[in-house]
Amino acid sequence: MNRALGVGVVPRQREGGQSMFQVRIHGRGGQGVVTAAELLSMAAFAEGRFSQAFPSFGSERTGAPVVSFCRIDDRPIRSREPVIVPNALVIQDVTLLHQVDLFAGFPDDGYLLINTSKNFEELGLGEFVRRFDSRRLRTCPATELAQEHLGRPLPNAALLGGFAALTGQITLEAIQAAIRERFSAVAGERNAAAAAAAYQLVNETTEEFSHASTD
Amino acid sequence: MLRQIEGSRAVAETVARCRPEVVCAYPISPQTHIIEAIGAMVKAGTLSPCEFINVESEFAAMSVSIGASATGARSYTATASQGLLFMLEAVYNASGLGLPIVMTLANRAIGAPINIWNDHSDAMAARDAGWIQLFAETNQEAADLHVQAFRLAEELSVPVMVCMDGFILTHAVEGIDVPEQRDVDDFLPPYEPRHVLDPQHPTSIGAMVGPEAFTEVRYLSHLRQLDALELIPDLAARFAAAFGRDSGGLVHEYRTEDAATVVVAMGSVLGTIKDAVDRRRDAGDRVGVVGITTFRPFPFDAVRRALRGAETVIVVEKAFSVGFGGVLSTDVAMATHDQSLSLRTVIAGLGGRAILQDSLETLLVDGVQGRLDGVTFLGLDHDIVDRERQRIASQRRSGSTAENILGDLGVVASRIA
Amino acid sequence: MTRQPVHFYQVGSFAVGNRLLDRAERTIQSDEARTDSLDCGHRACQGCGEALGARYALDAAMRATSGQLIAVNATGCLEVFSTPYPETSWRIAWLHSLFGNAPAVATGVAAALKVKGRAEVRVVAQAGDGGTVDIGFGCLSGMFERNDDVLFICYDNEAYMNTGVQRSGATPPAARTATTEAVGPDPGNVFGQGKDMARLAMAHGIAYVATATVADLHDLEGKVERAMLHHGARYLHILVPCPLGWGSASNETIHVARLAQETGLFPVYEAEYGVVTGVSAIRHRTPVDEYLSLQGRYRHLFGEHGRPDIIARIQDLADENIARYGLLDPSRVLSTNGAQS
Repeated sequence: MNRALGVGVVPRQREGGQSMFQVRIHGRGGQGVVTAAELLSMAAFAEGRFSQAFPSFGSERTGAPVVSFCRIDDRPIRSREPVIVPNALVIQDVTLLHQVDLFAGFPDDGYLLINTSKNFEELGLGEFVRRFDSRRLRTCPATELAQEHLGRPLPNAALLGGFAALTGQITLEAIQAAIRERFSAVAGERNAAAAAAAYQLVNETTEEFSHASTD
Repeated sequence: MLRQIEGSRAVAETVARCRPEVVCAYPISPQTHIIEAIGAMVKAGTLSPCEFINVESEFAAMSVSIGASATGARSYTATASQGLLFMLEAVYNASGLGLPIVMTLANRAIGAPINIWNDHSDAMAARDAGWIQLFAETNQEAADLHVQAFRLAEELSVPVMVCMDGFILTHAVEGIDVPEQRDVDDFLPPYEPRHVLDPQHPTSIGAMVGPEAFTEVRYLSHLRQLDALELIPDLAARFAAAFGRDSGGLVHEYRTEDAATVVVAMGSVLGTIKDAVDRRRDAGDRVGVVGITTFRPFPFDAVRRALRGAETVIVVEKAFSVGFGGVLSTDVAMATHDQSLSLRTVIAGLGGRAILQDSLETLLVDGVQGRLDGVTFLGLDHDIVDRERQRIASQRRSGSTAENILGDLGVVASRIA
Repeated sequence: MTRQPVHFYQVGSFAVGNRLLDRAERTIQSDEARTDSLDCGHRACQGCGEALGARYALDAAMRATSGQLIAVNATGCLEVFSTPYPETSWRIAWLHSLFGNAPAVATGVAAALKVKGRAEVRVVAQAGDGGTVDIGFGCLSGMFERNDDVLFICYDNEAYMNTGVQRSGATPPAARTATTEAVGPDPGNVFGQGKDMARLAMAHGIAYVATATVADLHDLEGKVERAMLHHGARYLHILVPCPLGWGSASNETIHVARLAQETGLFPVYEAEYGVVTGVSAIRHRTPVDEYLSLQGRYRHLFGEHGRPDIIARIQDLADENIARYGLLDPSRVLSTNGAQS
């Protein structure tokens, strides 16, 4: 396993030789879902790549389901459609599991990162995740990490750290730089610490499935 | 400097560098981030001298702009959808008085049913108002067009609205090079009005004009807009020379050289269309895109030239004239009326419905194979429509269609696209 | 300062010949050097109260600002009869706005002047009652709330006159208009409606609010001048009889305006920051009949099928005003320079 690239990284090419990586983030209003996509795009930009982040939401409303998207590529990004086939799916709020079709378009080789202190079995997803590449699926207690580092249950920064570890698409350093640019000094440091903690956690954790598939 | 920032932020910073003297704004989704950013700059003193006025309605916003512009101040405001309609009387007034106001229109659908997402119906509602209408394809272009817009407006004494797709562009974060202050200053000279309110040289502006002269006044404003057809490409060329990138202009073409099937569209959807066109080109179809940047004045000659080799033209548009059909399609049809080609209208993206690349590719395949109807509503859910029609037929009750079909739609939040 | 009131009555009015006053106390209208902001040649009806009021008010404003003035005018009679294209009877810098946005356009003018460092140029916005209390109300309230540096003048002829005498939010009860015809059990405009615009202006807490009529030139000019001493939002409400719409004789415009005040139906007062600071006392209390009977719009209240009950209700309104503003209290007479005497 090449840790420099990330835990489960198998470099992917889109059809036609494109190297676009598409991320879809699900959560609820007030959890920083939109900010998460923006921070990811800023981190990618800092690493010299092209990136686009945008939300899909309605009028401001705390608690309503929110989706945000981020595209990363080595070429200019022209497309404006929502991310239909996410290379990576980040789920910030598990209460959405039975309310929103979170896994729409999720490919067999996609990366999945769920914010929870439970495991897939306990979430009722044990059966579901078996068809996917287990190296690319992770849960991460981002809310708990955020509570610990920020004193607030805002999991977005931590999840970005976990994302970096899981996919290798972005370095932790770039994520932290984006966080520090966006937030004030104190909040920036705390969020960066949460991201680092999640990064480490995802790197170290291995999920065990009954009948886990490997290839 | 190239930065990864939100489209609204880039527009706000660019507008600020155009040195507006009076900015007034009434908040409406999805324009809020633009005016908030400008307001903050004025409050902090980084944009100065500038009067930032929190007005009580969009009607007031355009009215304040009119008073300020008539007194010789460079004026700017922004709105969308319902707000544009609320100020529509003043929008006509501004162009009728020849005031070079620049306004950002963050394109959004018009209700009822109330809808805050993107389509072009708001711009279309004002297309006859005598304003120049420019449509940005990307956030970079949206920012750049504002610089060109102020100069365009002030040279012609015609107000300009810069249209950018609400949420899709306004709320997208991407790499944008906000023009530097000194470069904008070089490009945009100070506003020198022709006719201004001044106690030293008192004059009456805005008198009633009767049948004996109204036609001539209107015709003259039409001629001024036609002057824009020459000035716009000129400004775009100067902009390219000064800033090093192509932004603006009348139309732009993508892979149309030998294209038998050409898609025509405006705004951000052009990006997705280009991706779809590349895929079809890889598969061997001779397809291309014409993006219309300047919608008013309508560049008939440029459109005709761009489509001269096409056999099939597919107009993909985010506007729809109820009871009639496509809006952009009609203009394109007029431009190409003496060319033998088959024109197809595709209504897509109404009320913010996502336009998917896969759908566009299917459209192109159908278009190339001559299978498209005259008018297609992309992604229309025929089941819902049919059930509602049956419902209407079975019971004589009036009422909002939206409320009636909610039962069929299920929880909206569960849909990604 | 004690003053000897001059009891020198000419032509049955209180109009004192200006030649009997010191130069400093003469009206601006009596000065050959007045601006004539609204010059002759306009197309107003004979006896138009608004034409009179506008000339009085703007000449006073031009004097108070040494000619540094820009006027914004809403759609209405004044705008229409003053600018019959290609002519204009305005000698001042003047912009016609739309119907409902004169206050907002004026805000824009003031903002531009400020940003260009020309704050010595002052701004007046003017409209009829429709363009003020109805369609212009939103913009007016916004201008008040922001305390923009604009003097707003309402010329109140109590209906939409230019479009054919339709009822507005300023139309008084029982008055006949084209949309409140004098027919049926409740002829004319309905009781219990209408906006007291001056009090609404006061409720915004702005620096200066005043009412006036074209019957008292000294008073009107003085109020304009005092208004221009303040900066920020200010409001002046001038009663301007309309012979056509009111059905009054064209040579009785000033007389009718005076009776509106003397009956108590139109209280004349000044206020600063929401508090009444001065009142023009009624000199000879007059029953409302004398006022109403001069106007065709109240014709249905008199004669064979008259409505003394309605007249009585109108008298009640007058009496309420007299009580509320202390209009009969001689100590509250407002002299021309604003001092209580």
